[in-house]
Amino acid sequence: MNGPASSLREKFLHGSLAITLMSILFGFLLGGVILLVAGFNPLEAYWVIVEGVFSRPKYISYVIIYSTPLIITGLSVAFALRTGLFNIGAEGQYIMGALTAAAAGYYLKLPILLHVTAAVGLAVLVAGLWGGLAGWFKARFGVNEVISTIMLNWTALYISNWAITIPSFGRQGTGKTYEIQPSAQIDILGEWKRTPEGIAFLREHPMLWDILKSPVNLGFICALILAFAVWYTLNRTTLGYELRAVGYNPHAAEAGGIDVKRSIVVSMLISGALAGAAGAFQVLGVSHRIATLAIMEGYGFDGIAVSLIGNNSGPGCVFAGLLFGGLKYGGSKIQDVMGAPTEVINIMIGIIIFFVAMPKLIRLILNFRERRRRT
Amino acid sequence: MTSIDFSHKAVEMIDVVKKFGDFVANDRISLTVHRGEVHALLGENGAGKTTLMNCLYGLYHPTEGTIRINGEPVRISDPNVAIRHGIGMVHQHFKLVEPFTVAENIVLGREPVRFMGILDMAEARRRVGELSSRYGLSVDPQARIEDLSVGSQQRVEILKALYRGAEILILDEPTAVLTPAEIKELIGIIRNLTKEGKSIIIITHKLHEIKQVADYCTIIRRGVFIDRVAVDAVSEHDLAAKMVGREVSFSVPKTEAEPGRVALSVRDLAVKDNRGIFAVDGLSLDLHYGEILGIAGVDGNGQSQLVEALMGLRPAAAGRIMLGERDITSASPREIIGDHMSAIHEDRQKRGLVLEFDVAENLILETYRRPPFSRCGVLSHQEIYRFGEHCIDTFDIRPQQATLTAKSLSGGNQQKVIIAREVSNNPDVLIASQPTRGLDVGAIEYVHQALVEQRDSGKAVLLISFELDEILTVADRIAVIFEGRIIGLLDASEADENRVGLLMAGGGP
Repeated sequence: MNGPASSLREKFLHGSLAITLMSILFGFLLGGVILLVAGFNPLEAYWVIVEGVFSRPKYISYVIIYSTPLIITGLSVAFALRTGLFNIGAEGQYIMGALTAAAAGYYLKLPILLHVTAAVGLAVLVAGLWGGLAGWFKARFGVNEVISTIMLNWTALYISNWAITIPSFGRQGTGKTYEIQPSAQIDILGEWKRTPEGIAFLREHPMLWDILKSPVNLGFICALILAFAVWYTLNRTTLGYELRAVGYNPHAAEAGGIDVKRSIVVSMLISGALAGAAGAFQVLGVSHRIATLAIMEGYGFDGIAVSLIGNNSGPGCVFAGLLFGGLKYGGSKIQDVMGAPTEVINIMIGIIIFFVAMPKLIRLILNFRERRRRT
Repeated sequence: MTSIDFSHKAVEMIDVVKKFGDFVANDRISLTVHRGEVHALLGENGAGKTTLMNCLYGLYHPTEGTIRINGEPVRISDPNVAIRHGIGMVHQHFKLVEPFTVAENIVLGREPVRFMGILDMAEARRRVGELSSRYGLSVDPQARIEDLSVGSQQRVEILKALYRGAEILILDEPTAVLTPAEIKELIGIIRNLTKEGKSIIIITHKLHEIKQVADYCTIIRRGVFIDRVAVDAVSEHDLAAKMVGREVSFSVPKTEAEPGRVALSVRDLAVKDNRGIFAVDGLSLDLHYGEILGIAGVDGNGQSQLVEALMGLRPAAAGRIMLGERDITSASPREIIGDHMSAIHEDRQKRGLVLEFDVAENLILETYRRPPFSRCGVLSHQEIYRFGEHCIDTFDIRPQQATLTAKSLSGGNQQKVIIAREVSNNPDVLIASQPTRGLDVGAIEYVHQALVEQRDSGKAVLLISFELDEILTVADRIAVIFEGRIIGLLDASEADENRVGLLMAGGGP
């Protein structure tokens, strides 16, 4: 009955999208109040963030680089949530993916394309099994996935830290591993931009040079492809149908002939694989190595926030991840420029999630506005 | 006997329209209730009765139309405003605080207090006692809600409304959860209330209760006003026809069964329930093609566990289930469905439907893996929604929109979705467990006809029901289940209420 245009309009005005946009607005408003209380001009601070994100091509590419792992861990959490599982373990799966990618990138000797494929493939496999393990615990023994994934997060962290102490892998005394081989790196023109010809060419093209100053890599493109793949799998395949049915109502799914236990394992496996891909792209494209972690880096935990803001959908995670990355990168500049605390950014993100999680309140406000307009 | 004051219109709803998006739930409905009148609001499940009353009680806001209370036009923005206008509502699902006492529940929100806001429970009990004796609603003010029967809880809800000064009382499906004795009491209470000048609106789809208690009746169908009648002037049949929009038969027309060979054979089946106790304990039965075998019995005698074991949802502890030539005792649900046995489960919202899925998605819950709905693991939305539209037409599912979530359908239409799915599967054996629970006459007739049609096309039907009437009208043979065992098997022609009733209570033949 409704055309796509009018349904999009509907979404904007009344649906989940309206709630998200209102939540973001509230996040900025309340963040501004906090800045004001702390003695800073919020408009100035927000201008610094906007400038810090958009004023140079380099900044934009940094935002994209910041966003890439967040988008993918967001997809990981979203995929599990859509199928009725709360994957807190994206963090640990990310670590396992990063570790595997670093090891494969360093030890394997393969031609360029094959090397990247092998490193990503292995990372996805290991992280998938890591997530699938939690799924299997739930299906076989009824262990809540929240508990098991939290424990697996710490297990992953210590496995990773231990691996770095292996002499052939970790550079002794630095707490870091050796850099992966160039054939495994996914930086865009990473080699060439350091050659004399490259430098000479880039001097002539300042815009391109500016962009290439940041570690631009193929990760973001992969994240977009994965976002589409998640959307497609959930909405257009029998597998997605099964997983969603189990997520909504396992009793009816079981009566309909769907193997509920298998679905739980498969869902956690895919969710884990996605988080692992995030870790792999980060290693292959940005860090090129892993380091000893005192605490968790938080990419997986941020994924939960990205998923919630993105309404647990593939495209939603892309936008939420970009927002998140922009706030993190641009927000870091209010400290340098104004001396304002970057914690404000985290508070803002918290407020946004707070409102996203309270759709009823937002609906109330939206309805109130509408009623006033009508009378 | 009536105490209607025709000069005083307590409630007037004029041309009320309520839309939800594109869906019109109430389309220019008018309703008038006089002081001292019992007014029945009759309609099928999903006709828009509750929506209309929610507009009156301030839970919804009408899109268009006027509401007048005692002649004054009012705008009821929320239930508090409704209460101020003297409107009280007793919902189908009670809204009581279980661990609180009766008196505490009744005064909740308007507690009598002594100075400095100290709760005066003695005063509360006194007032509650006074109210209950005045209207003949006997209930102990100091009893805890969780210890009360459903009938008593309902009385508490009515008292709560009266305590808040209700002059107009809306009762939403008040008899749905009551035993016959409790229904009689309720009718007495309603009479007392009207004598005191209260006006009562009863939302219902039970015709004989309307005949018993109501003075006037407004009938709505698919959100449209159909008629307002004086109850004395019409028969139950007239009411049913107006409600459903066609003639309704209370009996199921069917020919003699022509049973064929055995379709499903169960031998010495034992099944444990969740507590590990044998709920089904040595049960044997044979179901033939071309017959409806009814399993009569009081709730809790192993019926649920039997169905779950048959469909592979619960392991059999002992015994054997043969579907034709195949042993399906330990087969998975998917294998059993693939072997052409399907079930309409007793709890449609738990086992039957994924409420968040839309109608079309629910219709393919068992067939999504097969062409044309999917090929190589990719769903064909075009085929899925085409099939959805087809089922909506064939099985008359309303509203006619395949993209609506199952959650938004009425109970009867949810059941139609399930029947559409199971019958479209073309099973050799159809198990129908409590298939008409909570449905109105039109929908019940529909379900019974579907079962008989299934039988007439040569399929086997196993009907499990706690309603003896249903078993007696629909089944060809009747097996009585008691404590997990079949303790009697008789032909429908030789069965009557007394014989089967005695067996159901565990009495031997």
